[in-house]
Amino acid sequence: MSEILVLVDHVDGVVRKTTTELLTIARRLGEPSAVFVGAGYEQAKDTLATYGAQKVYLLEQPELTDHLVAPKAEALAQLAERSAPAAIMLTSGAEGKEIAGRLAIKLGSGVLTDVVDVEPGDGTVLATQAVFAGNYTVRSRVTHGTPILTVKPNSATPEPALAQPVEEKADVTVSERARAARVVERSPRTQTGRPELTEAAIVVSGGRGVGSADNFSVVEGLADALGGAVGASRAAVDAGWYPHAYQVGQTGKTVSPQLYLAAGISGAIQHRAGMQTSKTIAVVNKDPEAPIFEMADFGVVGDLHAVLPQATEEINRRKG
Amino acid sequence: MNIVVCVKYVPDATAERGFDPGDRTVDRSGVPGLLSELDEYAVEAALKLAEAGDAEVTVLTVGPADAADALKKSLQMGAGAAVHVLDDAIHGSDSVGTSLVLAEAVRKLGAERPVDLVLCGMASTDGSMSVVPAMLAERLDLPQVTFASELEVGGGTVRIRRDGEAATETVEAALPAVVSVTDQANEPRYPSFKGIMAAKKKPVQTWSLADLGVDAGAVGLASAWTAVDSFEARPARQKGTVVTDEGDGGQRLVAYLAEQRFV
Repeated sequence: MSEILVLVDHVDGVVRKTTTELLTIARRLGEPSAVFVGAGYEQAKDTLATYGAQKVYLLEQPELTDHLVAPKAEALAQLAERSAPAAIMLTSGAEGKEIAGRLAIKLGSGVLTDVVDVEPGDGTVLATQAVFAGNYTVRSRVTHGTPILTVKPNSATPEPALAQPVEEKADVTVSERARAARVVERSPRTQTGRPELTEAAIVVSGGRGVGSADNFSVVEGLADALGGAVGASRAAVDAGWYPHAYQVGQTGKTVSPQLYLAAGISGAIQHRAGMQTSKTIAVVNKDPEAPIFEMADFGVVGDLHAVLPQATEEINRRKG
Repeated sequence: MNIVVCVKYVPDATAERGFDPGDRTVDRSGVPGLLSELDEYAVEAALKLAEAGDAEVTVLTVGPADAADALKKSLQMGAGAAVHVLDDAIHGSDSVGTSLVLAEAVRKLGAERPVDLVLCGMASTDGSMSVVPAMLAERLDLPQVTFASELEVGGGTVRIRRDGEAATETVEAALPAVVSVTDQANEPRYPSFKGIMAAKKKPVQTWSLADLGVDAGAVGLASAWTAVDSFEARPARQKGTVVTDEGDGGQRLVAYLAEQRFV
């Protein structure tokens, strides 16, 4: 079986769920080889083995992490030239897509982004994508070079498949030009203790109806009771009530959780584009005409400032 | 400073969009097109830099005849000149083909006067792939600093802030560079009456693939490195139950969530 290169998405060795999803999907196509860039492998090791990495390429050179995406694209290109993988898979986030773009040109390979499902076919990979705000399901293939796929978070349930990966310290050459863009300052996001927005199984989002930054506490309260992440509509972000990093929508993050609960959000097309593929959608809005009710599995016409705290209290009561 | 802004003409995201059943490309017929909303932020960023110092702003697009509308809007906002790469052979190009044409057009502009900055939006509002800026940087052999929420240029350097996945970063690169901006970067202006009148006199050049020295066989649907096998409209979501809060809305919501095993 051919190798499938999987770029590990991690923060200081803490492997993100998106990577265990990628490893799970990669096993359908061949033997996953995890590409671990940066420090912290000791911490990541067990997770990668548990989810079926047959091989781990260790790339620990600091110049790979201090310089944005170009060096990682060079590293993957060099590994791909050595190992001739059947596909290269990355997480579909800003960084994954940028690396994929550079890599595609370097390797002369086609690239598909925001993939939600893959299966092998005809010596290539068949990929499923949801396009036009989730209104269409498209099946595509890469027809030239090594298929490069960026896979959306929550596209698969991680399934363990214990392996004993062969570890290989890989030396790659990072060119001067790839070091041209430099990270001069990095401030890690404040840890909220909540799950990462794009990978959360439950997301509770607030919009214009929340009314103020302080009032977002009712959205946070319900999210915490449900063990979910907090999101915000563009209107709420533009008003300065919640940080941009939590914006759900076409110009923010795309989420596809098991449950999306939209509170005080009317449902402009740009917002729907970011959450339309959620499995279950619940809505609280005092305007019965809000377009978001059209897509709700369950809706409450009512004031979120009354409904959300009551729901939070009810959940906490049930949890005892 | 010489700034080139890459813009895209896209089908209106609020209209019913679909695919051509014949060649499975995006069906543009019957759907109003416009300058991609996300590219307006790139145009605005260029105009701000021009206003702060001495800079020329040229907008560049690759697209069908109607794509001239995207250039017109950019010129009305205040860009100084426009280039339209128009060639039937481009139809159906994927991001790889599009980035090739854009790169050659930037090179041609650079031959007249060196380009210091190539600005792009963070994604198009149709394909939404976000890969073209990276591909362009790779092809032009330039550093890329992308997803800028703030942008500063000075002393031959571009410095941006970006909200990364796990951290907020400040990133620096020497010019020339490729930069993409998010919708947080600024507030795009509306064309003024004066801007609309002035736009009529601004130069718009139309280039073919031959003008760029690009082989028609290297772009277009047949040369794309990806292919669409099939597409289907996603079934509309069935509208579910909607209840009105009569003092028990929160409890009824939780009852539903419990039924669905979320609680």
